[in-house]
Amino acid sequence: MNFVKVPGKNRKHKVLLYALSTCAWCKMEKQFLKDSSVEYEYVDVDLCNEKEREKIRGDIQRRGGDLNYPTLIINDKNLISGFHKDRIQKALEI
Amino acid sequence: MITLEKVRQRAESDAKTYGYYLQPDPEFLSNLLEGLKQNEERYGYPLCPCRLASGKFEFDRDILCPCDYRDPDVLEYGCCYCALYVRKDMFEGKNPITPIPERRPFEKQARAYGIVIETPREKPSKTAAQVAKTPSGVKLKLWYCKQCGYVVFREDPPYVCPICKAKREMFAEIEKPTQDC
Repeated sequence: MNFVKVPGKNRKHKVLLYALSTCAWCKMEKQFLKDSSVEYEYVDVDLCNEKEREKIRGDIQRRGGDLNYPTLIINDKNLISGFHKDRIQKALEI
Repeated sequence: MITLEKVRQRAESDAKTYGYYLQPDPEFLSNLLEGLKQNEERYGYPLCPCRLASGKFEFDRDILCPCDYRDPDVLEYGCCYCALYVRKDMFEGKNPITPIPERRPFEKQARAYGIVIETPREKPSKTAAQVAKTPSGVKLKLWYCKQCGYVVFREDPPYVCPICKAKREMFAEIEKPTQDC
């Protein structure tokens, strides 16, 4: 799977973002994390093959998430579905 | 090749027809239109940029922009799932535009992950079976709008009639071919 790492000074949490390459909300969330200097990894799910998509689906649903993008997973357990800035700021302590 | 300007014009004209407005933030709007353009180039049809597509037309037809869920979403939340189409009060900044819940049923979303969940359905009508045989497992039916007579051949009736704006409840399935004529 093509994980893209975006470097940042804030490495307090392990941050993984499932996104779509065409999605405007996802773009906004990527930019927000970057502007907040949060180090994170992302995958554009629409560019993944079927096997990878299936893995991502399991990953999201296992954590009780819906199949919506952007989906943010913090420290392998906390899941935030949709670009809810206030919830993200609180969870990432930024 | 489809140009960004064409995508913009199409959205503008559609918003005007239905009394909606386009996303007021120019950068957000431009990202949405760019996503639509990319999807049209990739799949051959203007798929919702904010949803995961299967790439198979019969599975994705409900999320062709403007999607099936736009009208009820704009009505309930003031914007569509992507926030491309918004209501006047949102356009004027009287209410904030925030992410809204997904209305698309899970079994339709799951198809983009290679899973086809069969929901219990009635047998398709004879007419529907005669009109087309679909190999994908999607059961298409003929629906008509009781208010204006609009007929559509698809899995479920639309949320809103694209012609007269009648609600989904006004759609009925065409059960039998007409014998009288």
